Amino acid sequence: MFEVDEVIAEFLVESHENLDQLDRDLVALEREPGNRDLVASIFRTIHTIKGTCGFLAFHQLEAVTHAGENLLARIRDGRLELDADRANVLLEMVDVVRGLLGEIEASGAEGEHDHSALVARITASMEPSPSVSDPAVAADVAGGGDVANQTVESDVESDVEAEVEPEVVVTVDEAARASESPVDVVDAEPTDGADDHDAGKHDGDGRRSVADATLRVDVDLLDTLMRLVGELVLTRNQLLTNSSQMDAGMIRATQRLNLIASELQEGVMKTRMQPIDNVWSKLPRVVRDLGQQCGREVRLEMVGRDTELDKTILEAVKDPLTHVVRNAVDHGIETPEERLAAGKSREGTLTLRAFHEGGQVNIEISDDGAGIDADRILSKALERGVITREAADRLTEREILHLIFAPGFSTKEAVSNVSGRGVGMDVVKTNIENIGGIVDISTELGHGTTIRMKIPLTLAIIPTVTIESGGERFAIPQISLIELVSLNDEQGSARIEYLSGAPVYRLRGNLLPLIFFNELLSLEDRLSEGRTIAVLQADGQQFGLVVDEVVNTEEIVVKPLSQQLKRISIYSGATILGDGRVALILDVLALANMSGVLAGDRAALDQGAADADVDADDQAHLLVRLGAERRMAIPLGDVTRLEEFRSASVEHAGRRQAVQYRGQILPLIRLAEVFGAMSMPDSEDTMHVVVHTIRGKTIGLVVDEILDITTGPMGAREESTQMGLSGSVVVQDRITELLKVAEAVALADPSLADLFDEPEPVVDDFPELPEVPPVGHGHGRRRSSHYSGV
Amino acid sequence: MLQYATFKIGENTFGVDVRVVQEVLRPHPITRVPLAPASIAGLINLRGQVVTAVDMRQRLGLPPNTGERESMNVVARVGDAVVSLLVDSIGDVIEVDDSDFESPPETLSGPARGLVLGAFKLDSTLLLALDVVRVADIDVAA
Repeated sequence: MFEVDEVIAEFLVESHENLDQLDRDLVALEREPGNRDLVASIFRTIHTIKGTCGFLAFHQLEAVTHAGENLLARIRDGRLELDADRANVLLEMVDVVRGLLGEIEASGAEGEHDHSALVARITASMEPSPSVSDPAVAADVAGGGDVANQTVESDVESDVEAEVEPEVVVTVDEAARASESPVDVVDAEPTDGADDHDAGKHDGDGRRSVADATLRVDVDLLDTLMRLVGELVLTRNQLLTNSSQMDAGMIRATQRLNLIASELQEGVMKTRMQPIDNVWSKLPRVVRDLGQQCGREVRLEMVGRDTELDKTILEAVKDPLTHVVRNAVDHGIETPEERLAAGKSREGTLTLRAFHEGGQVNIEISDDGAGIDADRILSKALERGVITREAADRLTEREILHLIFAPGFSTKEAVSNVSGRGVGMDVVKTNIENIGGIVDISTELGHGTTIRMKIPLTLAIIPTVTIESGGERFAIPQISLIELVSLNDEQGSARIEYLSGAPVYRLRGNLLPLIFFNELLSLEDRLSEGRTIAVLQADGQQFGLVVDEVVNTEEIVVKPLSQQLKRISIYSGATILGDGRVALILDVLALANMSGVLAGDRAALDQGAADADVDADDQAHLLVRLGAERRMAIPLGDVTRLEEFRSASVEHAGRRQAVQYRGQILPLIRLAEVFGAMSMPDSEDTMHVVVHTIRGKTIGLVVDEILDITTGPMGAREESTQMGLSGSVVVQDRITELLKVAEAVALADPSLADLFDEPEPVVDDFPELPEVPPVGHGHGRRRSSHYSGV
Repeated sequence: MLQYATFKIGENTFGVDVRVVQEVLRPHPITRVPLAPASIAGLINLRGQVVTAVDMRQRLGLPPNTGERESMNVVARVGDAVVSLLVDSIGDVIEVDDSDFESPPETLSGPARGLVLGAFKLDSTLLLALDVVRVADIDVAA
């Protein structure tokens, strides 16, 4: 379960420090016998050592420290005074403990020694001294052991929970036994302890002792070092920027400085690194307890436990990680009965993986449980008012999954004390985002769920790409950057289109919502050409930021913004670039939220699209060709993506056709067949598919060619009575039919028409939820009645 | 006796207690902060430290500086933070006497009134004592 050697090494380092403190405290206490603080401090020190050696199964150490602890407890409570004799036995105990620790360090075990004499003398010294004539104390010597044991039991247990693993439960018995034995032996041989001490010392001489090989360093000092290194890196960046003006000697020195600065940065960063196991080591217990509580059998596997992260980040990751693990046990993995029924092994597997990739740390938590049912998520989200119905219709599978990160969302029907209180995944997400990380989720119904966290290695120095817009420079953290797309050529600019007034870019068939940075920040437009789209990711979704120019990539040091600027959410800080200028660091998520390109805020955009549909003339349409001649216009609002598939990849199941698409099955509807157009199948290797998403289900509409996108008013419109069409118009001098996607789908495959039957809305529970206006767009019940008879 | 660092903004002479002045700098390159309140001129690099610069003309409700000379920086400590006040020109450090201190003159109006503690009557002119804490108290919402 855990590395025994490491635990012991840590114990030794800690104990050596504690013992040095103990020596000083005891001597000080002899001079100042009344000082309660000192006694309490000594007691705590001994107690800590005892507690730890208890579960490491060092019984001799435990017996000795336990006796010492009893004596100290009495002194602490004022029932005994610390006289010279008692101080002597305590100091002797410290020596014996030191000796034993030395032996453990040298050989890994306590060795064979008999310390019962010392224990007996300690116990004997608990007899009240003549000056203290308290009758209660005498009784305590016999009975006190039990009392002490009880407190010990509870203390040991709580220590254990905080420190390590379940094995420790045994030690409670051991502790009790150890404390009982010594009372009979009273004869004491004074030199006993000293001998042991010496023996331990000699054995350890061969190598540097554990205590000497490591140093404890104040984290503040490390922070200061890190900050200084950051400054050094910035100064180096400045030097490198100006290296063109240097002579050869200067350049050599600068390059050397460059290397040293990089190494130093790496070194200092390493001092702050800790293996993720520091956090993971607590999880087996969490999983075990929780599994029992919820009646799950769970095996926990951990891969990459020595993956290192910055201490600050590790701390920030701890709670979210624990929460996700708890969730996986409580929500993800099924009961043994359910698992057997589903043909899986009784025992569920929870796998934690950590690895470095591209300057980031990836942490994956995957279970082989039931997976997440997108439909249930969606209906819950509607029920809780997390999203509106209009927005829901348009979500992709992935976007629906991300709803579990929305505030106030929890799918567990019954509230347990484990999870399901509606707090949780949103907090996980917020916490991870606060340290500049990203959370993603993927699931396969019946096979399990994986949560991925991408986390920066360190917070102090981050790799960024520097962009320029409106004459100002800004830094974008590379963790949020997916790719850069140049709009330099004419073709590029032409691919920016407007969907209900919102700019989108067609990137490899996907519609990428755009933000024009200059407009958003009211910067003056200095460039009319030479633009670039930075494709960014926030909240599991992509969007494009149109900037004037990408300057370079740079490692920057994050500096906080002053009070006056903190409330501008789109800046996460500032930095100083290589040329000495100050640049603002963009907070990508805040940027997306401000401009409203993400799902939550897309409701408005969707609403816009919906409104436009009422007045269909103004809506943008995708023009496609069916068969050789026929032209059809599909409302762009109904288009999720444009894809191309190889004709060979189509699979047939009865009359239906489908392709595999993003790990899902995408049912295909050949529009040409639906409308009786002469299609020209297999004339090409690839087929063009308009992907339409409704209520989490995706459907592919096969067309023969994608022609264009039209915006603005259309020509004269003639109503149509044909199912699946709303009429025909003249577009680009050609007669074009207007497609009603929902009807066409129902016409092609009545079984898919179910999709458009909506569950009863549960608006009553959420009176604050504004009622969705019944607009003609979308796939409301109004229409489903239409083809209930189909 | 108090020492005041003096500077000019528009027609008026202002001053701040010399103890809060960290340094006085020549014109520095400023990085604008889009979406920030107008009275924040931007950020400057003060030997590796990022310092917010306050456009004092804007703060006092004066028209922008049209002179050829660029604004000077008076870097002042406000609590734990440091702000740079952009002023038209720098004057001397002068000694003033508490007994010369008066409440702000009636003629002072507009935003300036709330930012001035009072005035010292000098031989040649009136020295307006700036309340640096209030000057730096700029809310994004404002």
